[in-house]
Amino acid sequence: MSSETLREKLEILADAAKYDASCASSGTARKNSLGGKGIGSTEGMGICHAYAPDGRCISLLKILLTNHCIFDCHYCVNRKSSNVRRARFTPQEVADLTLNFYKRNYIEGLFLSSGIVKSANHTMEQLVEAARILREEHDFRGYIHLKSIPEADPELIDQAGLFADRVSINVELPTRSGLSRLAPDKNEAQIEGAMGKTKARIIQAKDERKRFKHAPRFAPAGQSTQMIVGADAARDVDIVGKASTLYKAFGLRRVYYSAFSPIPDASAVLPLKRPPLMREHRLYQSDWLMRFYGYAPGEVAQATEADGNLPLDIDPKLAWALKFRGQFPVDVNRASKEQLLRVPGLGTTAVARILKARRHRTLRLDDVARLTQSIAKVRPFLCTVDWRPTMLTDRADLRALLAPKQEQLELF
Amino acid sequence: MTAMQNVSLGAHYAVHLPAPDDFAFWRERARGLIQCDVPPDRVSWVEPGGTGDLFALEGPARSEKRLPVPSSNARPVRASKRFLKLARNAALHSDPQRFGLLYRVLWRLQSNPRAMEDSADPDVRRIEELDKEVRRDSHKMHAFVRFREVGDDHYVAWFEPDHHIVRANAGFFMRRFANMQWSILTPRGCIHWDGETMRESGPARREDAPQGDPTEELWKSYYASIFNPARLKVGAMLSEMPKKYWKNMPEAELIPDLIAGAQAREAGMVAAGEREVKTIPESLAAVEQGIAACRDCPIADCGTRAIMGEGAADAPLMIVGEQPGDQEDQQGRPFVGPAGQLLDQCLDHAGIDRSTAYVTNAVKHFKFKWKGKRRIHQTPTAKEVDTCRWWLEAERSLVKPRVVLALGASAARGLLGRTVSVGKERGRPIPLEDGSELWVTVHPSYLLRLEGEACDEQGQLFARDLAAVRARLAELTE
Repeated sequence: MSSETLREKLEILADAAKYDASCASSGTARKNSLGGKGIGSTEGMGICHAYAPDGRCISLLKILLTNHCIFDCHYCVNRKSSNVRRARFTPQEVADLTLNFYKRNYIEGLFLSSGIVKSANHTMEQLVEAARILREEHDFRGYIHLKSIPEADPELIDQAGLFADRVSINVELPTRSGLSRLAPDKNEAQIEGAMGKTKARIIQAKDERKRFKHAPRFAPAGQSTQMIVGADAARDVDIVGKASTLYKAFGLRRVYYSAFSPIPDASAVLPLKRPPLMREHRLYQSDWLMRFYGYAPGEVAQATEADGNLPLDIDPKLAWALKFRGQFPVDVNRASKEQLLRVPGLGTTAVARILKARRHRTLRLDDVARLTQSIAKVRPFLCTVDWRPTMLTDRADLRALLAPKQEQLELF
Repeated sequence: MTAMQNVSLGAHYAVHLPAPDDFAFWRERARGLIQCDVPPDRVSWVEPGGTGDLFALEGPARSEKRLPVPSSNARPVRASKRFLKLARNAALHSDPQRFGLLYRVLWRLQSNPRAMEDSADPDVRRIEELDKEVRRDSHKMHAFVRFREVGDDHYVAWFEPDHHIVRANAGFFMRRFANMQWSILTPRGCIHWDGETMRESGPARREDAPQGDPTEELWKSYYASIFNPARLKVGAMLSEMPKKYWKNMPEAELIPDLIAGAQAREAGMVAAGEREVKTIPESLAAVEQGIAACRDCPIADCGTRAIMGEGAADAPLMIVGEQPGDQEDQQGRPFVGPAGQLLDQCLDHAGIDRSTAYVTNAVKHFKFKWKGKRRIHQTPTAKEVDTCRWWLEAERSLVKPRVVLALGASAARGLLGRTVSVGKERGRPIPLEDGSELWVTVHPSYLLRLEGEACDEQGQLFARDLAAVRARLAELTE
């Protein structure tokens, strides 16, 4: 009987947690269980222990402590006015479940979030307690991601950072008007204030560790946030702008985008439609351009179309290159790293390979083909000793040539 | 060239490896052969159980004996760090050519120490590929091994790797599960950890591993619940979790049904939240027609009629109640039942002429439950209020009142889109987006339910709220 109820609770509280996109377990301090009393390790790369049919990785046990909530955010499945089934775990149940899954190698750790019950402080205390049981009573050395509640006392958020590898607060919507319309109980200043405090605490802990070897770590995997895409009228330009401000202001490790997806018993204010998955994908690509390819937020904005949104049929890097054809073709044998990173179809790995290989030989087109994923895609934008795209870069129908072919629908 | 003394010109050498993943052995032999200047095309590397080399028909013992021995002052063999790093992994690959390839590149490194930097070179590229495939296989082993409990804190897993990676990954599992007893059984050999020492044993069969674990039911529930059917992307799943791994993962048996049901689940959610796309009504008459036809929420199916607001079309004051009641539904007008009569009295008392105000409701239909022969009022849900908000907003944008008076929490939600506490918000204006202001107070039916002292007290508060609205209205319309 009791296992039956545990299973029901797990179903409800995992279902309630699935709209949080983050499942990362990478980039934290290296730990292992040698010389300890418990289990767990984190070694560099995150591990995805399974993939759901939605293509998303399952790395952590991602659940809510409870889906009861006193807030009424229209986009949220757990809002007060929704009539979904409610359930509640005790911190001990969460800890036991995490350990049982971890011992069977199902997960890298725990991602615990919660609806707000009673008060922000009470909720935060319960979250911290689950992490404390794992860390202190079971010497658990796997990954823990805790969601901070911005309205909670800073001391509680502080404790969360001492137990967790990562803490996060969701900004939810890129514009203030969107937030006040769709999340009337949330407050932008409060959310950003809490993120600012967390940033200061992370910097302080890093500084302490430089001086004292045994100073406690504080959220070694940093903090992240999430924005919902497609629930309000924000354009891609707004979203990219907000993301880059957040990266700069709060030193975030990641900004996650979550396409607004149909939920059971949706709010009347937000009509449901298919989630804008391709738009979400393009936003992630633009995020990568800013983080790894040296694009400024303004340059990503240059890649958008007249309506302020990124094109859906081609990726933002190609869109930018097509708009600024004067910068191409670049000479693979002479171009700087920055120039090569702007060539559509060349990733950071391929660029590194090219830079190394060209010290040994003058690259020809088939050399480049060996170093890249698809030569057809990069060819119009570069020249080698035996290849010049001549007319290709100037062709008016280049976009049509490079865009992925539309698949013809099958008879149904 | 002293090394050449014991190398017979043109001779072919076969080296037999004791284990397919024995990199240290290969390294030792390769070093000696290079010191003896044996070119790559004269060496073949034979794995245990592998087919021997065509040119070296001798058995392992004899061919070992025939390997040349480098002289003590032979030139040291050098290799770049990158080669060592990649070669260690590439040696674990199941490609039978791997040791030959590694020897060939090691040979070339002696004359060109930077050969490994040139990824455009086919041999270097191949080593990179082998390394990548082995790393991927190891990564999948870290991810997809599934332990099953066989005794008190004793766990056993069955895994089928593509390459010879088991021994190389023992350390990962030891560091992770240091204080647990576990075994990983594979067709390429097994590893066992008892909490202190690591033990190896020969190949195992699938039947040797335990067949189930009660916690798997919980795990499967989790797997099914964390899946979002509205985001179905089977290709993305398959590229990271190819089918070959499925047979050893308990959750994988759910996948076909999850995929099959996904579209229906998504369509169901979208349909449940679907509303008819309407054009914004341009007149109160259009609103009246619209609400009569509206079926966006279940209340409309109660069989009651839609009650339109009434009053001056340019009224400076708009009074919003919750929903029509039994009397309102029968008479077809808002606020005519007991609560309406009380409201009229109170308005009169406060000096507000009802005929100058526009009176309407947050929800346009009467929601009730039969109790015997009586229709008992049911409070509308937040969602129903939100659904009907479309009509209330339309009325408000047409009438353009300066002051809106919300009676009760449902009315306040209809105007604000969020639930507020009447007790906290009453007695002061809340600015609305269009520049008008909202005053919140209790619903008169609340006063009807009270008795004695509480009734007097609340009645006074209600009168005070109405008086404040009257004063504010006078200020604004002067």
